[in-house]
Amino acid sequence: MTELQAEQGAPALDVPRTEAKPRRNRDVVIALAVFVVLALLPMVFSSKLLLDFVIRCAAYGLFATSLNLLVGYTGLTSFGHGMFFGLGAYGFGLMMQKTGVPIPVAFVATLAITFVVALVIGAICVRLKEIYFAFVTLAFQMLIHSTILSWVSLTGGDQGLRGGIPRPPFWGIDLSNHLHLYVASCALLVIGLFLMHQIAQSPFGYTLRMIRDNATRASFIGIDVWRAKLTIFVLAALFASTGGVIMALFVSGAYPEFAYWTISGEGIFINMLGGVTTFLGPMVGTVLLLILNDTVTRLTEYHGIVLGIVILFFAIGLRKGLMDFVVEWYARRRAGTGERS
Amino acid sequence: MLEIRSLSKAFGGVKATDNVTLDFADGSLTAVIGPNGAGKSTFFNLITGALRPDSGQILLNGVDMAGRSPPEIVRYGIGRAFQVASIFPSLTVEETMLAAVCADQRRASVLHRRFPLAETRDRAEHAMELLGLAVKRNRIAATLSHGDQKLLDIALALVLDPKVLLLDEPTAGMGTEERWRMIDKVRELWEKQKITVVFIEHDMDIVFKIAPEIVVLCYGRILATGTPDAIRRNEAVIEAYLGTEHHAGAAI
Repeated sequence: MTELQAEQGAPALDVPRTEAKPRRNRDVVIALAVFVVLALLPMVFSSKLLLDFVIRCAAYGLFATSLNLLVGYTGLTSFGHGMFFGLGAYGFGLMMQKTGVPIPVAFVATLAITFVVALVIGAICVRLKEIYFAFVTLAFQMLIHSTILSWVSLTGGDQGLRGGIPRPPFWGIDLSNHLHLYVASCALLVIGLFLMHQIAQSPFGYTLRMIRDNATRASFIGIDVWRAKLTIFVLAALFASTGGVIMALFVSGAYPEFAYWTISGEGIFINMLGGVTTFLGPMVGTVLLLILNDTVTRLTEYHGIVLGIVILFFAIGLRKGLMDFVVEWYARRRAGTGERS
Repeated sequence: MLEIRSLSKAFGGVKATDNVTLDFADGSLTAVIGPNGAGKSTFFNLITGALRPDSGQILLNGVDMAGRSPPEIVRYGIGRAFQVASIFPSLTVEETMLAAVCADQRRASVLHRRFPLAETRDRAEHAMELLGLAVKRNRIAATLSHGDQKLLDIALALVLDPKVLLLDEPTAGMGTEERWRMIDKVRELWEKQKITVVFIEHDMDIVFKIAPEIVVLCYGRILATGTPDAIRRNEAVIEAYLGTEHHAGAAI
């Protein structure tokens, strides 16, 4: 079943599909509703831990969903996507520490830096296929990580950006206030997901699906495959970078781990956990991984083994992510009852 | 008009296409035949930009296509279907057609609108109707029969409104009945669309029945060109297909 059908809960085979109508207004309403629910959450649950959890979900969720634009939609398995998460965190942190510009300016400047870096790295990487693409992106990630470690005078080396990130108020928003930071993170998450969903459902999103399925054929119907891959590589980097900015604001710093290969590994893990055939799979995977991480690390020091077993269960047992499994089960059930989407 | 001028391509010491010069008139239907390894698919790959020729020209209405990329050549009006159906397995038939029209209308990079675009519907619908795929519009391409996948491959080329359509063994891998259905469809398309169709085919019964013009390739060279009757009696062609020991008094 196509991911669009999966999203619509349609059975896999010869079943009429709902006419694709403009649904942007519906998406805006859903996005606003989700934001309002998230923003009101602190009024119901005052737990700081919960708010922290949601902020981390926002950071990693944006990162993982952007990775799925590459992996799930385009068939580009990047082992180095975490470099843009790290770049976002360091770019923003340094901008705030060194220049003292307002937060929105630092945010836009961070995205601009990410854009340039992603454009250069992407122009080289997207020419490559499959495992070569994966490993060259990993090589670039390690290059950026090594630069962070080596350039101690700028980045603080293995100690990271110390002294905290200044967070001066702007437009009445004070990100040093935990509640404000929480609401701002939720806003970035919802806007980011909305924009990525728009990309996935646009004609360009279908161009990506064609490239994933059969890049050669795509070029023979007039698609510039290299340009399309580069475009999505850069766009995904911008969303990953936004995740890094949220993380930097949350921990008030940036650390070399944010740009280490394990971040990219976690992104892949999250996608495997949540599933890549539905848009929200990576978001579900993010929530699952963070819950697992927080729970397992409290219970045992061998959390790596437990997480390994979990991923084996999904990879070998279900052979798909949780959302893929749920959507397919739901589609089969509807087909069984004779319903049509 | 598609004109091939002194086209050559070698792989190491092997000349896959050797100084080929040919003309395909507008609206013509031509079969390209030849023994295995004759260079038929290489010839198609050169015309469509999958391979870069070593020398020679490929002129479409006077514009040289040689050395251009496949997307560029498609935009000039040369469409292609492949020997092994080349489709998008996870998309439905309708999505495939709509996305292809999007690409042809240079809307493949549109980000601010939702798929499918209203302005792509008519052409997609027309191509599906033409190939008899409209009733299977909601089928995922991977689940189609082999014959339908081949039709979808042709539809993908046709939906781009090509001036020249190259079909690489449209009946490959099909049973006898299915072959004839496919070839009838190809002929019907040619008659309806009034486009230049060039197809590679191994089944001589099919070739001699439907192709007004035949080109015979052998070891990358043109062995013969002409009508089915002329080709059937051509000594060199008979020798290439049957060998020197058998060809006396024989015809294909």
